[in-house]
Amino acid sequence: MSTIPTRTPRRTPSRTPTRRLEPGRVGDPATRHDGVPKVTGEFAYSSDLHAAGMLWGKTVRSPHAHARVVEIDTSEARRLPGVHAVLTHEDVPGQKNYGLEFADQPVLASDRVRYFGEAVALVAAEEPEQARRAAAAVRVVYEPLEPVTEMERALEQEPLHPDRPTMSHGYRDDPRPNVVRTMVIRHGDPEAEGEVSVAGVYEIGIQDQAFLGPESGLAVPDGEGGVDVYVATQWLHVDRDQVAPCLGLPPEMVRIHLSGVGGAFGGREDLSMQIHGALLALRTGRPVKIVYNRQESFVGHIHRHPARIWCEHRATRAGKLVNVRIRILLDGGAYASSSTAVTSNAASFALGPYAVENALIESTCVYTNNPPCGAMRGFGAVQTCFAGEAQLDKLATKLGIDPVELRLLNALAPGDRLPTGQQIEGSLPVAEVIRCAAALPLPQAESLPREAIRLPGGAGNTTRGEGVQRGIGFAVGFKNICYSEGFDDSTAARVILRADGSAEINCAAAEVGQGVSDVILQVARTELGTDDVVLAPPETASVASAGSASASRMTWMAAGAVQLACRAALEERKRAGGDEVDVERIYRHARTTPLDPETGQITGDRAHVAFAVAAMRVVVEVDVELGLTRVVWIGTAQDVGKAVNPLAVAGQIEGGTAQGLGLALMEEIQTRDGLITNASFTDYLIPTTLDMPPVESVLVEDPEPGAPYGAKGVGEPPTVVSTAAIVSALRDATGRELARVPVRPDDIVGL
Amino acid sequence: MRCGFWRNVPWSGVWHEDRGVKIRLTVNGEPREADVWAGESLLTTLRDTLELPGSKNACEQGECGSCSVLLDGALVCACLVLAAQADGHEVTTVEGLADREELHRVQRAFVEAGAVQCGFCTPGLVVATAALLEANPDPSDDEMREALSGNLCRCTGYAKIFDAVRLAARS
Ligand code: FES
Ligand code: FES
Repeated sequence: MSTIPTRTPRRTPSRTPTRRLEPGRVGDPATRHDGVPKVTGEFAYSSDLHAAGMLWGKTVRSPHAHARVVEIDTSEARRLPGVHAVLTHEDVPGQKNYGLEFADQPVLASDRVRYFGEAVALVAAEEPEQARRAAAAVRVVYEPLEPVTEMERALEQEPLHPDRPTMSHGYRDDPRPNVVRTMVIRHGDPEAEGEVSVAGVYEIGIQDQAFLGPESGLAVPDGEGGVDVYVATQWLHVDRDQVAPCLGLPPEMVRIHLSGVGGAFGGREDLSMQIHGALLALRTGRPVKIVYNRQESFVGHIHRHPARIWCEHRATRAGKLVNVRIRILLDGGAYASSSTAVTSNAASFALGPYAVENALIESTCVYTNNPPCGAMRGFGAVQTCFAGEAQLDKLATKLGIDPVELRLLNALAPGDRLPTGQQIEGSLPVAEVIRCAAALPLPQAESLPREAIRLPGGAGNTTRGEGVQRGIGFAVGFKNICYSEGFDDSTAARVILRADGSAEINCAAAEVGQGVSDVILQVARTELGTDDVVLAPPETASVASAGSASASRMTWMAAGAVQLACRAALEERKRAGGDEVDVERIYRHARTTPLDPETGQITGDRAHVAFAVAAMRVVVEVDVELGLTRVVWIGTAQDVGKAVNPLAVAGQIEGGTAQGLGLALMEEIQTRDGLITNASFTDYLIPTTLDMPPVESVLVEDPEPGAPYGAKGVGEPPTVVSTAAIVSALRDATGRELARVPVRPDDIVGL
Repeated sequence: MRCGFWRNVPWSGVWHEDRGVKIRLTVNGEPREADVWAGESLLTTLRDTLELPGSKNACEQGECGSCSVLLDGALVCACLVLAAQADGHEVTTVEGLADREELHRVQRAFVEAGAVQCGFCTPGLVVATAALLEANPDPSDDEMREALSGNLCRCTGYAKIFDAVRLAARS
């Protein structure tokens, strides 16, 4: 029997506000079904869970980026009051390593730690403070090793993973040490010459997802050897499939339940407390709660890959791109996570949404002792968009062509081929999106003097505006929708349709704030023709996998699965003479196949399912003497296929734009010899209300033929494009190259 | 070598053996008592002892505003106020804003304007907005931006939050 974790009701039912908000159908600007509990404080996030008899878990982490673990002595910690368990690698009953795609990361480090903050031991105690003190009393003897911290040098240094866990998985064989993946795309004649060429080297710092709800969860033993884990995650079933083998249990004895998620953005694709909490719960026989604080959260998840990108764009004098040569180097940090897919995505979208006859693209990701990197909104395309769009601006300047015209001249269209040889089959209104964004009227320039809050530097009152220059920038972002390269992707939905016409939907799609649960309800109401639909809490035991809430895939996939299951349920109920039916259906998109490891060319019809594009126009003001910036206005047009919920789509665009603004201007994880030095919101800055300008968005609806209702995912394109667009405007204001993000005041002043 | 680095981490938790301070306060209109540790934050007391987890903990450093509550009507970060300092005072949390059957106008405006995504920032922003409109019933855009600049939201980019403030101000 499993105990259901509850939060003591803090409100008697009669006090609960009962105002009903309008249930929406597909295409309606629907309000969130979880909106009311979220505004009243009743919504239970993973950090709010509570179970009777619950213990608190705490993770002992490495203070070194690279060290040999000589000895772990837990005896003192065990003797402390309230302590119920202290676990090390020896207590992991099953598989010792785990990983999203390659099991290269120890559940608890045994002989070596490879990054700052790596988990070494676990404690469980009655009170959080007791757990904290016990964690501090675990004596770990380390022998520090030279950390590998420079990505270019990593290719010659001693291998961090001598067993090369990511090799021989159908990727290109690269004998150099510390390679996670190398990928080359050869397209047309990679030596083709143009009449003009521009070159540049670009750098992107490490960005953090910085979701607001730190990692947390509750593991509850079921008394029969199994465990229930209530956690904030992005993919329930892949968590289960990583947790169970490490516990030495069959998958059905591990049940993962989605609890309230305080934002994700890729940072919850990898495991955090799931195995740790389950180990402690099974060992103590008590529910165990683990909550990271902000500092621990910064080391508790992977980040966006920092990158260095070398580009050369060759073109005709008229501005037609002839050949693009790009080399991408990504720092994957200590463990593989989803780096192999990021490597490929960075390469696949490096040209942007432009038709180019010839290209040579090389993308390499390396292991280092820097913080591990993996999925973050935009997934490789953010980095190459920043570099590629800067190159197009450079080319426009060199040729004296309007940057928007240059992009239109090269715009990709359905029927064209990507550098991988794949033909664009579905919708891809690149030119229309560019035209829509470029046509948005710019705000009037504001006069001086004016309120400090409307000047660069803001309320800090640092400038009166004498050195302020206005700049206008433009960029186009391009990315795939759904998983790719032969990944057998699917989403299941189960519909219980009752005789009275009411319905219950089961789908394990993770609601991370993006609004997929509303999409599910909208689709079910539309297909079943009733408002009487409820969504069951997502968990692994009641329905098959939904896949991941990532890659801008969840709306498409969940809508597909729910539509399929609803239609099947209606038919079956008819057959059953109107009685209750319970049907589960699995939805799949068009199959993809891997890219050829030597040429980067498709091996079937497609490596990617679909694509989306966004264009953005930005106005900035820059105090060129003080290096202060103010983003004044952002206008954007985005190819959304079909907006299932226009209110939510606009929210995704605005929020995604803000994250790109953060990378452009302020967000970077700082490291020294692999150690993170700014793991707090005091030192790692994310945009506030004072940083965000108004965002005007135009939704371009050109339905995707292969997608349910024609809907494309919308979460990533705004993040892909906005960093590039904002820095384009900064360049216009300053006349400087600004080849690295985040742009620092020093870069603007030219120190 | 010990993990000295991690020992400096502030932790909201309390150790029951140290709970020597009794406080009496009014929370959401009701008299409440709690035995707290001398160094315990009001946020911890609200969430873990008084069973009011609506106020959120996202930083414990006064940087994010997720823990915003009203202390005698003034907006504070509950993570920066000691529980003992609230002794004898009145605290309003997000749970105390709605009237019996009706959402507070700010709460309704947040739902209707689409200002909620993951919602982790929402309790703090709702309380901060209620405080703003109490002090300034018709804030300009700049006043709004300034007043809410201590409340971080990672999901929305703030546009719909501004819409919600305007909507609430009108209603
Ligand atoms: S938790 Fe109090 S300000 Fe962040
Ligand atoms: S809605 Fe997620 S942090 Fe604001």
